[in-house]
Amino acid sequence: MSRIIASAAIRGAHRLVGQAEAALGEALERYGGSSPVAFPNTGYYLPVIYGLTGRRVEVLDDLLPVLDEARRLLPPVPSERVWLPYLGPTLDAGVATLFTDEIIEALKYLGPDCPYGSARDADRLWLGAADDAVLRQRGIEFVDGTAPGFAACVGAAPDAATAVRIARECQEKNLYVLLSAGTDGKSMAEQLASAGVQLGWETRLVPFGKDVTATIFALGFAARVALSFGGVSAGDARRLLDYCRNRVFAFVLALGEVDDEKYAQAAGALNFGFPVVADTDIPEILPSGICMYEHVVSNVPHDRIVSRAAEVRGLKLAVSKMDLPVAYGPAFEGESVRKKDMYVEAGGQRTPGFELVRTAETGEVEDGRIEVIGPDVDGVEDGARLALGIWIDVAGRKMQEDFEPVLERRIHYFINYAQGVWHMGQRDINWLRISREAFTAGFRLRHLGEILYSKLKSEFSSIVDRVQVRIVTDEQEVLSLREVARQYYTVRDARLAQLSDESVDTFYSCTLCQTFAPTHVCVVLPERVGLCGSVSWLDAKAAYEISPHGCNQPIPKRGVLDPEKGEWASCNEFIRDNSRGTIERTNFYTIMEYPLTSCGCFEAILSLVPEANGFLIVNREHSGMTPAGMTFSTMAGSIGGGVQTPGFMGIGKSYLASRKFIKGDGGLARIVWMPRDFKEQMRPVLTQRAEEEGLRADFVDKIADETVGIDVEAVLAFLEEKGHPALTLEPLF
Amino acid sequence: MTKRKDPICRASLEILERIEGKGPGNVFSRAGQIKPCPIGSGGNCCRLCAMGPCRVGEGKGQSPVGVCGATTETIVARNFARMVASGTAAHSDHAREVVQTLLATARGQAPGFTIRDAQRLKSLALELGLEPSEKDPLKLAELVGECLLAEFGRQDGELWFAGRAPERRQALWRELNITPRGIDREVVELLHRTHMGVDQDAAHLTRQSMRTALADGWGGSMIASQLQDVLFGSPTPLRSRVNLGVLSEDRVNIVIHGHEPLLPEVIVALAYDPAWNEKAKAAGAAGINVVGICCTANELLMRRGVPVAGSFLQQELAISTGAVEVMVVDVQCVMQGLAGVAACHHTNLVTTSEKANIPGALHCPFTPENAAAQAAEIVELAIENFKRRGEVYIPPYELNLVTGFTHDSVRYILGGTYRGGYRPLVDNVVNGRIKGICAMVGCTNPRIRAGEMHAQVVRELIANDVLVLSTGCAAINCAKEGLLVPEAAEMAGPGLREVCEAVGIPPVLHFGSCVDNSRLLEAACTLVQAGGLGDLSELPVVGCAPEWVSEKAIAIGQYFVASGIPVGLGVAFPTSGSTSFTEYLGRAMEDEVGAGWFYESTAAGMADRIIGIIDQRRRRLGIEKGRERVLFDMEMRRKLDV
Repeated sequence: MSRIIASAAIRGAHRLVGQAEAALGEALERYGGSSPVAFPNTGYYLPVIYGLTGRRVEVLDDLLPVLDEARRLLPPVPSERVWLPYLGPTLDAGVATLFTDEIIEALKYLGPDCPYGSARDADRLWLGAADDAVLRQRGIEFVDGTAPGFAACVGAAPDAATAVRIARECQEKNLYVLLSAGTDGKSMAEQLASAGVQLGWETRLVPFGKDVTATIFALGFAARVALSFGGVSAGDARRLLDYCRNRVFAFVLALGEVDDEKYAQAAGALNFGFPVVADTDIPEILPSGICMYEHVVSNVPHDRIVSRAAEVRGLKLAVSKMDLPVAYGPAFEGESVRKKDMYVEAGGQRTPGFELVRTAETGEVEDGRIEVIGPDVDGVEDGARLALGIWIDVAGRKMQEDFEPVLERRIHYFINYAQGVWHMGQRDINWLRISREAFTAGFRLRHLGEILYSKLKSEFSSIVDRVQVRIVTDEQEVLSLREVARQYYTVRDARLAQLSDESVDTFYSCTLCQTFAPTHVCVVLPERVGLCGSVSWLDAKAAYEISPHGCNQPIPKRGVLDPEKGEWASCNEFIRDNSRGTIERTNFYTIMEYPLTSCGCFEAILSLVPEANGFLIVNREHSGMTPAGMTFSTMAGSIGGGVQTPGFMGIGKSYLASRKFIKGDGGLARIVWMPRDFKEQMRPVLTQRAEEEGLRADFVDKIADETVGIDVEAVLAFLEEKGHPALTLEPLF
Repeated sequence: MTKRKDPICRASLEILERIEGKGPGNVFSRAGQIKPCPIGSGGNCCRLCAMGPCRVGEGKGQSPVGVCGATTETIVARNFARMVASGTAAHSDHAREVVQTLLATARGQAPGFTIRDAQRLKSLALELGLEPSEKDPLKLAELVGECLLAEFGRQDGELWFAGRAPERRQALWRELNITPRGIDREVVELLHRTHMGVDQDAAHLTRQSMRTALADGWGGSMIASQLQDVLFGSPTPLRSRVNLGVLSEDRVNIVIHGHEPLLPEVIVALAYDPAWNEKAKAAGAAGINVVGICCTANELLMRRGVPVAGSFLQQELAISTGAVEVMVVDVQCVMQGLAGVAACHHTNLVTTSEKANIPGALHCPFTPENAAAQAAEIVELAIENFKRRGEVYIPPYELNLVTGFTHDSVRYILGGTYRGGYRPLVDNVVNGRIKGICAMVGCTNPRIRAGEMHAQVVRELIANDVLVLSTGCAAINCAKEGLLVPEAAEMAGPGLREVCEAVGIPPVLHFGSCVDNSRLLEAACTLVQAGGLGDLSELPVVGCAPEWVSEKAIAIGQYFVASGIPVGLGVAFPTSGSTSFTEYLGRAMEDEVGAGWFYESTAAGMADRIIGIIDQRRRRLGIEKGRERVLFDMEMRRKLDV
């Protein structure tokens, strides 16, 4: 009977509002009303408050009206008899809870005793609010299905083993696991940590915070998906919540006793359409309406709780079950194998290595053949190094040589998805580690072959008919095969270098991100990678072959309207039809007029610096201020969601290496500022491109960075001193 | 002599027992004495001209035509149409009073009244295409009032609120030429067309009766509900009590009966005023107790939680308790028998409408300008009268109820401030937890065991997972049976019960007075929209008035049917004198407007029929088995609206 839930949630909300009142009062007294308050590195203020009310909380005083709103939303507890309708009021109590959670959590960031570390701070278990960089970096996973949903685990499992089992199952099902609160002083994150499970965004097991109020970080994450990718305006609460219900497939797992405060969190989550599935015997709310299906389902055994929750949420999970001795799924991609945990490694410039996918004649390929040539891991000592060659022959009527690099790049992901197996690099600089745990569990080199075989066959089923894999550890054999592989790489690079926007007659769309950004359409050109950096023209082409009705569609290059700015009638038409009519025109080579829109998962942002007659580029890893007067996060907040914002554009990093890089605006010479680390990372490419564009070889050193300054005067003085070419280019306006 | 049929209400029975054989009689005793006229009840008596009256009929020995040659079918259709005209006139004349009161308030001429729901006023103004920048609510009220007052005298075009109906319904009305133009015009034209020797084609005449009824549902009634909300506040859920037990032994009892809540609102304000309660105490009472009867009761209940002493059939019984100091009445459903009963007690009967005088009552006509003074006079009178109380017997029966459901409050209840809307209702209709919705409306009738039909039909419906929305005296009867409390969900079928428990609502929702049936139309329109449907005739929704009494019930039924919602009547069917016309109202109207009339004399028959229609509509929607759970992959998600 859900009156029990309503009453508990409303009581909990009252208590939390009281707590927030006390905490805020104390903070005001100690720090003063004009003291800044914020979550780290986000352009969305306190995201739930910002998203639902449009209020930009910047200083403590800004929290007062939010608290008033929370109080206004608080309904009385339903009476024991002849009660009045409570569903609406309970949901309101839930929103009041979310507001107070966010107030309480934001206040924690004020003092020196902030309990939260950053993602790189290994000493601290709890991460607190996710910053925008994480959100954008992970964006592509949310849209292409590698991360179909989020499990917000509130409380603790009965024991660590059960916690691990639930977490592993979520990982295998590719779900992010967002951890908060505890039961009887224990928390699921602590249980996982005690069992040696690697926690963090990389492994999709995210310890937000031990207090129940830390649950807000999960909802803040969802709200930011709506704001950044969904093009939802802050304050448009209804759209934000509907968006989350229909696009963000999250659910709550309530583990252990559900007290009033947890019920209050549940009421908050229900507003987002996120149902609650509990392992204890609490009342249920089965009729649908606010959520897609049931609202609260209880008493679910631990071995069924994840699949039951997915079903309740309406979430279809595609799990490719492989017969492996270790767990397998994208969630394990980010997990690293540290040296001390490693059983064996290969490549990494220490031993020879390579990996190659090659098209062969059908007759040459025996489908499913997996060979291991040389010693297997059980034939070497703990801590040994092996040479490693991965040679894959594929054949298929629709296979093209152009697709070889597309398939080859997937090797990295497919191998990394295996728990306890770690892969880095590509081609002849690949590097592989197998953990002691994986080895003990029975992982052998043959499993690498099985993984590659079955993943290539399943993901590229329409272009690949036959696949055979050779895993070579015999050093001599590796060395000789590496020479052959290098010939393939050379030929391939030469062909790629010739690939240009002019040399093809078809571009490809990418609407993968419409999962979250319903009006955003990317057009991927040979010389312009998708802004997420993940989809090249060849990727898109292959994807179209694989799935002719999928997200990558060919756009015949027809009707040149402006070759300089890069406008084609056929592309305009395609974008208009697929952006639900919101975007009429697009130029591919300029950011000043009808630029390409952004979903939100861009790797970097180009932004106009009018005083310098040029642009700055800021990458998403850079959290500092820029001469545009905005951080990456703030800028990102205003350009995502499929809107055209002349003067701003999201891009993939490798676009900097393109000959078509903002060609219509004057090209590379317009770049006046970049964060230092980013500049160094890109230096080889930038230097080469500068030379090609007839800029001097020292061009890169003329680009200002944060050490020069983040105010325009300092940057301008530097540019003038260095004689930066942008200053003498034709004015941008 | 027909035998008296006792109501099922125990409070009423106790009073009836006490007054048996004493005094001037009452509605139950009179119903026992007077046989219903068999010709009149079938509608086949034409008394429109002095060549008649003509009894016509299809039976042996009956003349199939009147002196003028009018066929039985035409005569029955004319009588039916006249009921619609009268019912529409009643609701709409009520609405006119409300608009005039709003205008007087806006112009500062109505002390005692104010704008209580400025938000509603603003949204109405927007809807009516009025100056959205006008900030002053009084100015805005004047603009809205003038605009809506013009709806009565409008000669052509379409009524504003008809535009609230789904597009497809509006198109159908236009195609059939039944979109109402002006409220008064449709009534006048219908009366003209039923005059001797005018419209002689039953189907053609019925088109005009539909147009007239639509001018009630989407005109008069809707205007009344909307503007009463503006003046007195929009209802939100609250609890109260029902039945004669709400009369007080020791306080001054003022019973408000009738339909228009205008003056009653002012009286209630005084009755709740501590200063006036002090006056009552000075007169030896413990305070003032205001309670309601009939539809004014529903109005005051919905907005103020004023307890309900009883339905239409309990008006005389309330006075017979000896505990009523003053009964204030205005228009509609006020029995002339009241004066006689009042004369046997100390009760002062006060009539407050210029339009309605009752011999033996104190006449005190209401105008917006004098309402405050008048209310004071009435409360004074009641206090003064307290000391003249004689023997009192108040039957100790009263029950709790929950009320305050409207189109808007339901929206909130179902999702709160941020997620409000009809989605949960639609979802649970689609998935079959709720089989369908029944609007249980209308009066209560002493020709049958009063209250029994309501109680039995509702119990059967909710047990079959049909959600019931109720108005008028039907709602009061449901309340007296304990069906308007959330605990009544225990009597519901498993699906409906789950929904009621999830939302915290009773299985029967009290939607207000008889003009508030327009709220049901609004809610139905939102259901169409939320369900992604095209028309009201697709909804698994049925109306019924199992104990109907007044012509207003016929007008309501006709506008429901013309809007695409089938309506069933109990007691007797007013066109039974003509088989062909009765069939027309059923089948032909179903073809024309997607819904027809039906008659069922028993509760079981009525419930079966309603469930049958709901099932049929579910089948047409393809949701007879509920809908399967769909799991969404990425591709499907991209197609979901956001």
